Amino acid sequence: MAISNIFLYTSLFTSLFFEIFLLITYFEIRDEIKFEKENNGKNVKHFPTVSIIVPCYNEEKTVLATIDSILALDYPADKLSLIVVDDGSKDRTREVLKQFENHKQIRIFAKENGGKHSALNFALERIDSELVGCLDADSFVDQAALLRIVPYFDNNSIMAVTPSIKIHEPKTVLQYVQKVEYSWGIFLRRMLSSMDALYVTPGPFSIFRTEVFRKLGGYRQAHHTEDMEMALRMQKHGYRIANSHNAHVYTVGPAKLKGLYKQRVRWAYGFLNNAIDYRDMYFNRKYGHIGMFILPMATISIFSTLYAAGNLIWSLLGKIPEQMAKYEAVGFNFGAPHFAFNWFSMNTGMTFWITMMTILLTFVILFLSLTLANGKAKLGKDVFYYLTLYIFIVPLWLGKAVYSTIARKDITWK
Amino acid sequence: MADGRKYIFAFLITAAIFATALFVSNFLSQKRLAEIERIQDRLSLDILASETQSALLAETSCKNIAKNAALTHELGDLANKLSIAEEQSGANNQNVQDLKRQYSLLEIREYLLMKKISEKCGIHPTFILYFYSNLGDCPDCQKMGFVLTALHDQFPDLRIYSFDYNLDLEAIHTLRSIYGLGPRLPVLVVNGDPYYGFRPLSELIRTVPALATLKAEQEKAAALLRAASSTNATSTQR
Repeated sequence: MAISNIFLYTSLFTSLFFEIFLLITYFEIRDEIKFEKENNGKNVKHFPTVSIIVPCYNEEKTVLATIDSILALDYPADKLSLIVVDDGSKDRTREVLKQFENHKQIRIFAKENGGKHSALNFALERIDSELVGCLDADSFVDQAALLRIVPYFDNNSIMAVTPSIKIHEPKTVLQYVQKVEYSWGIFLRRMLSSMDALYVTPGPFSIFRTEVFRKLGGYRQAHHTEDMEMALRMQKHGYRIANSHNAHVYTVGPAKLKGLYKQRVRWAYGFLNNAIDYRDMYFNRKYGHIGMFILPMATISIFSTLYAAGNLIWSLLGKIPEQMAKYEAVGFNFGAPHFAFNWFSMNTGMTFWITMMTILLTFVILFLSLTLANGKAKLGKDVFYYLTLYIFIVPLWLGKAVYSTIARKDITWK
Repeated sequence: MADGRKYIFAFLITAAIFATALFVSNFLSQKRLAEIERIQDRLSLDILASETQSALLAETSCKNIAKNAALTHELGDLANKLSIAEEQSGANNQNVQDLKRQYSLLEIREYLLMKKISEKCGIHPTFILYFYSNLGDCPDCQKMGFVLTALHDQFPDLRIYSFDYNLDLEAIHTLRSIYGLGPRLPVLVVNGDPYYGFRPLSELIRTVPALATLKAEQEKAAALLRAASSTNATSTQR
């Protein structure tokens, strides 16, 4: 068997296996999800003190809405405080923040620019609440988010809780694509949570027990993905991370390809490099699902996605010479296309059937993701854009991230 | 479900899907092979039928010759299947080669039969014999194929027969020598005259007299139809 065939079948087997594994997990915890949906955030009796850190760097346009959304949280005001850290912004962020100077819930600090992790650590040194979270200054919280997160901490073994992140008011085609992608993320995060295998505590509104930072130390630069490193460090020390899929946080997705590309290169590059830093977790039974399955799977998926997308793009490019030859031969006189179905002309190879099955299960998971994220699955333009565009844009940042990792080239934050 | 069991369960389902895919794939491949064998049988029968039809031609009136429509239609269907089989199994596959030989024979039989019918009944269809090669020595053959498909769409009554120039079949060698064809491909033989090399659709129609005549007739018929419908519309208004 040729090496390409071995790679193809291995890639198809692992993709299919992962999808089936996720679906089995979903059916296992279906009742749990339903229970959470109906009861989460109701009859909360214990309100621990919470500090929310808002690190800002040139966020004059969005920081107001971010702070307002935190102040509007359904949570006792005397238990909730904000620490806003201006990380050396060059725009009007500092002036915008002045209006909150005398607010009793808000403390504002300004420091030299040192990166997000330094702003977070700066704030962490100044808090004494039981719980602490962060909200990026381009994100907004749903009013009930904190109320739906806090009950998870009744379980003493839970050290951090991540929310469900959604795209805030998508307008461009790429933002619609991200909307569906984030729904997919909501599903995946909930499944990983049930396996204690979350490997990111996202910047927007992940809430931690403050003692996590006291015991494990503050944030690190971590290849520009401090939220991923923190989650991996916690997992390595056996700290449990849960996900509250009903706690919604909205983030502004990049509107243009350039912004999206930069963001995703950073994420993928951060994952690969943190994975290298935490390589001792791979295939290590001590770390359970995350070490034995999820981290290896996430790494493989980067390469299998590149392979699948490369194959698809290559086969589409391969059709161009034929179409050009057709044009040269007959101009636009292509005649009516024939769509008569004939089993004889069907591709009957094994790869075809397995690919079809993988695609079918992808649709099932997409349906479940949309239902979990939005309450119902609706086939709108967002799904259309996602299905037609995503596979073509993903290789851009995955390819760059893999290249930068292999070539040991650092990437920029913005 | 216990964690270990979940992995085993997922693995078993994945393996079962792979096994099913392998089974379905094998089943359909067998079915396709059987279909190819059926096509071969049908081709043999068709060749025999066309020979019989040819022999009976002298004793049949033109009215009773139903333009050989069934065989022509079948040739089209077989050509599609042959091209699919060639694409999926490769041009050098023995089954494909056998199928191609029989198909080419049937084409030649139909060509001869149609020529006889034309003579007997005084009709003058345009015959095109198209010689191509898929050995990689004819870069323009793909384009010529597109031109002929478009040509047939434009003139459905054209009788186009395509042959693999390099096919090891005595009848094709004979055809080549009848028209004195050299190895410069693609080559079209239009009503007995050879035309070498690729020509785009519009140029082909313009430069081959038989096709130019067809085009002129088609335009004349269209003009007459337009005139008749406008006369009809005027008389209706009155």
